[in-house]
Amino acid sequence: MDLTCTEEEEDFRQRLRAWLADALPRLPPAPSPADWPARRAYDCSWQRALYDAGYAGLHWPADAGGQGATPAQHLIFLEETELAGAPYVGANFVGLLHAGPTIAAEGTAAQRARWLPPILRGEEVWCQGFSEPEAGSDLASLRTRATRDGDAYVVTGSKIWTSHAEVADWCELLVRTDGSAPRHRGISWLALPMDAPGVTVRPLRTLAGSAEFAEVHLDEVRVPLSYRVGAENDGWRVTMVTLSFERGTAFAGEVVACRRTLARLAVKAKENGRWDDPVLRRRLGRLSAEFTALWRLVQWNVSAAGHALRNGGSGVPGTGGSVFKLRYSQARQELYDTAAEVLGPASLDAAEEWTAQRLSSLSYTIAAGTSQIQQNIIAERILGLPGGR
Amino acid sequence: MDFRLDDDQLALQAGMRQLLERCFPRERLREVVDAQELRGVQRGGRQGDRQGDRQVVQGSQDFRGASTGWDVGCALWRELGEAGFFSLRLPERDGGVGLGMPEAVLLFEEAGRALVPGPLVATHLAAGLVPGAAEGTRVVTALTGPGMAEHLGAADSVLLLDGAGARVMATDGGTGPRVLDARPVQSVDPLTPLYAVQELPSPALTHLTAGGDGGRLRSEATLLTAAQQLGSALRTLDMAVLHAGTRRQFGRPIGSFQAVQHLCARMLVRAEIARSGVYAASLTMAGCDIAGAKLLADEAAVRNARDCLQVHGGMGFTWDADVHLHLKRAWLRREQWRTPAAAEEELAAGLLAGDGYGAA
Ligand SMILES: Cc1cc2nc3c(=O)[nH]c(=O)nc-3n(C[C@H](O)[C@H](O)[C@H](O)COP(=O)(O)OP(=O)(O)OC[C@H]3O[C@@H](n4cnc5c(N)ncnc54)[C@H](O)[C@@H]3O)c2cc1C
Repeated sequence: MDLTCTEEEEDFRQRLRAWLADALPRLPPAPSPADWPARRAYDCSWQRALYDAGYAGLHWPADAGGQGATPAQHLIFLEETELAGAPYVGANFVGLLHAGPTIAAEGTAAQRARWLPPILRGEEVWCQGFSEPEAGSDLASLRTRATRDGDAYVVTGSKIWTSHAEVADWCELLVRTDGSAPRHRGISWLALPMDAPGVTVRPLRTLAGSAEFAEVHLDEVRVPLSYRVGAENDGWRVTMVTLSFERGTAFAGEVVACRRTLARLAVKAKENGRWDDPVLRRRLGRLSAEFTALWRLVQWNVSAAGHALRNGGSGVPGTGGSVFKLRYSQARQELYDTAAEVLGPASLDAAEEWTAQRLSSLSYTIAAGTSQIQQNIIAERILGLPGGR
Repeated sequence: MDFRLDDDQLALQAGMRQLLERCFPRERLREVVDAQELRGVQRGGRQGDRQGDRQVVQGSQDFRGASTGWDVGCALWRELGEAGFFSLRLPERDGGVGLGMPEAVLLFEEAGRALVPGPLVATHLAAGLVPGAAEGTRVVTALTGPGMAEHLGAADSVLLLDGAGARVMATDGGTGPRVLDARPVQSVDPLTPLYAVQELPSPALTHLTAGGDGGRLRSEATLLTAAQQLGSALRTLDMAVLHAGTRRQFGRPIGSFQAVQHLCARMLVRAEIARSGVYAASLTMAGCDIAGAKLLADEAAVRNARDCLQVHGGMGFTWDADVHLHLKRAWLRREQWRTPAAAEEELAAGLLAGDGYGAA
């Protein structure tokens, strides 16, 4: 067991730190959260800056245009960018964390060449079209249909809860290509151009009042066969690769952010006198243990993935991601509930940043697989309990 | 960074597990526990008069007392001593194994898993301070202040860790309770006799041992206790999963019911988060990391024992199932070294001081 950095890792950290100190002050002011086109522009210019500095696609393999960094370096990157207050991945989340890695792992050379460089340069934004009105947790029951017509699929159906759909150029889309096969065997993974005729995006308003996600209606949209990644009807397996990426490290940087937020909250409580309440103070202390241990759990999971990678494995984070996701989503909600305790009546002001974050934290136990689904995964795949009822 | 057990550590862990399976198997554990039960019956019911209780407690719970029908205490201590359990962190030139806290944590995790009784932490800390502790020929218990002392009647020495230095008090021949004017308590944990101590002897009565850094010893004790809690939490998880997979109701294993599955899943999450905290703290030895590790391990041990009990149904409420032994020991360890309240306060103070987060 070793938590210290190798010389190489320490060098990497110092170079990154120096670059961040130089690059961050030159960023334009952050846009208003409600202004999606401005947010896209901001997130993409940050991605471009990372690209120019050689930090784009850090953990992607070199033959996918990435830097081939070790999982440990990737973690240092997430930690340092967060500590320096760098912008969040934002609109590039799906491109960098789901669609990109999937294409890198499963795409042909031509597909990689077409789609990966624009993701890394912050030129094209992706969204994720998996969930449907009738297929949420039970994703494999999805019904959006794709039938072959010459050199294209004709796609008809509805997707829902599609984050960033309004500003996306591409959508990683799951469709049913064989209605008669067993459910998991008839699904394919397509790259859908969002400007194709027949695509309609209708924003949905979240409980925070903003439009973070949308409904996407597909009416006989033609998608070239060459836009399919992986074999026809093999999309379920292709998708599982993506989902493990999501649960593995996608939220790792946020843990660092939560620790910083918690420290700020403690200062706030000290200022407004709530610190003198031992119940509240102890709750803050407990959260400190929680986020520290969650960060250690990330390091534990990432070390295991790195070890597997060195031994010829895929480097795809394993089921440990479910353990992390389950506990982290709870802890994040607890953090912002505690913030409301600290703020008292001021927490009722929706313009308060803490309150906005409290509202947004409510999605964490739902998005990317609900807490119940994570518990099913742990029970069946890690503990080996018999199939659930 | 490579936060995984290396091959040597895995071997150490497996070796310890095998050793304990051999020298403290479940049958041995039950022998000792069930001797207690008989005493309880002889006592004539739970509402026995106080005086009678006290004598029974004193007689039956002595760590090496022959009256328990358990004369393995000494043998076990010596076997652990020979295996290097107590001398693990002493330098090799002093006859030790020369390993560090990460390895010690693994051994204590195994001891927690097997419910090994006795003042393991104090004796381990005393190696190098009290002659014979490293070899397991002397049993050492510890106190940080007035409160409950474990195994005081069996201890040859008591480590007093109430200040900046460590003081050692000799209590050969079972004189501990008398010397400290301690009152025996009917311990909730059948394998851990407890004595209530009102007051620690004044510094004039005991000599100050050179090199004993009280703060460091208390931190190490906290983390080693957390490691035992972790082992217990992992063991009750195993027990719950095993039972859930075999016990059938409504024509199928109860482990196929989602309510049971989710109990077990949350047990795993608690244990894994505690594991990350305990292992990391053994590497950093930072105050906040240790406090956090103890807090999370206490929670994992207590909550997992409770959930394990629930999964076992009526069987879980019996003396014969081991679940209660884990729960009672977990309750006891929760009160030792750093209580959750103390840990939370320490962590809260650390937040203002800027500790416990940032890089590393
Ligand atoms: C903010 C946000 C962003 C999102 N972004 C995207 C996106 O970009 N792309 C995308 O495709 N999807 C996205 N989603 C959708 C998300 O993946 C789904 O909401 C989620 O998988 C749950 O599906 P559902 O909403 O249909 O709920 P349901 O599946 O209907 O679940 C309802 C309740 O039933 C429980 N439940 C269901 N099945 C089981 C079971 N087997 N065992 C126990 N309990 C069960 C659930 O835990 C939940 O509590 C997003 C969601 C949110 C909240």
